[in-house]
Amino acid sequence: MSARVGIVLFPGTNCELDVAWAVEQLGGTPEMLWHAEAELRGADAVVVPGGFAHGDYLRTGAIARFSPVMDAVARFAAAGGPVVGICNGFQVLTEAGLLPGALQKNAGLAFLCETVDCRVETSRSPVTALAEPGSVLHLPINHFEGNYVCDETTRRRLRDDDRVVLRYMRNPNGSLDDIAGVCSEQRNVVGLMPHPERASDALLGSTDGVVLLRSLLASASEGAAVA
Amino acid sequence: MRYEARVEITHLPGIADPQGATVERSLPALGYDNVSHVRVGKSIRLVVDAPDDAAARAQVDEMCRRLLANPVIEAYEIELSELAST
Repeated sequence: MSARVGIVLFPGTNCELDVAWAVEQLGGTPEMLWHAEAELRGADAVVVPGGFAHGDYLRTGAIARFSPVMDAVARFAAAGGPVVGICNGFQVLTEAGLLPGALQKNAGLAFLCETVDCRVETSRSPVTALAEPGSVLHLPINHFEGNYVCDETTRRRLRDDDRVVLRYMRNPNGSLDDIAGVCSEQRNVVGLMPHPERASDALLGSTDGVVLLRSLLASASEGAAVA
Repeated sequence: MRYEARVEITHLPGIADPQGATVERSLPALGYDNVSHVRVGKSIRLVVDAPDDAAARAQVDEMCRRLLANPVIEAYEIELSELAST
């Protein structure tokens, strides 16, 4: 059975159709989850896509974390379900406390819209399970607030526990330790600043995002088998 | 009682402040080459009805922790003043 991928939709989200398209291309079944819903409707994996949830007022992701759907996402994550936040979704997951640290304005206050090289740092995450550690992926970034920060204790823990999922080869935004993606302590929640769904077809200039989404679908199917 | 709260939100010490750094770098271009330690934060003002000063402060503090500030990277200070009742 094909994995059902719940895609959370806040007012202001704008990458949901790209994610749904890519998921479908890879054989998954995308399902939109409006932010006011309190249920995930049987999703095997959840994607919090990019955009400007709730206008990004106050701070990116600050208001979104109070949407009813986020309680369901938190329960799903606590039960071990795979959750990935992409770009604004990463910001939402840090504000919700599902991922450590925070994303603040890029160093130099530059809005970045380019394709960058990221190194896969671990295969122990739902988005890199099928990727080769050390391999380099050519992935688009598109953000003003992708500058990852956390306190020293968290930084050490991320490093010691192998929880940095992706690192920039050339740091574009001032991000601490070149971090482009991290995972939670239980490893099932992941945040990525790069957009794998925008690198999922040759026509888009890169297919390097496919391995990440394929990994997610694989871990979704595993979860479905367990449940 | 009615209180006006002014909340000043700043970066925690040790957390990089990209806005402050950028402003600081741009000031010498205007001839101000004697400025340092620029920090850019946020100011939020609100009015709260509460039985007394302590209750108002406790509520604003809770709102700061839960929404107004991000305790992972931000510090906040609350200034409270009683508004004259009309």
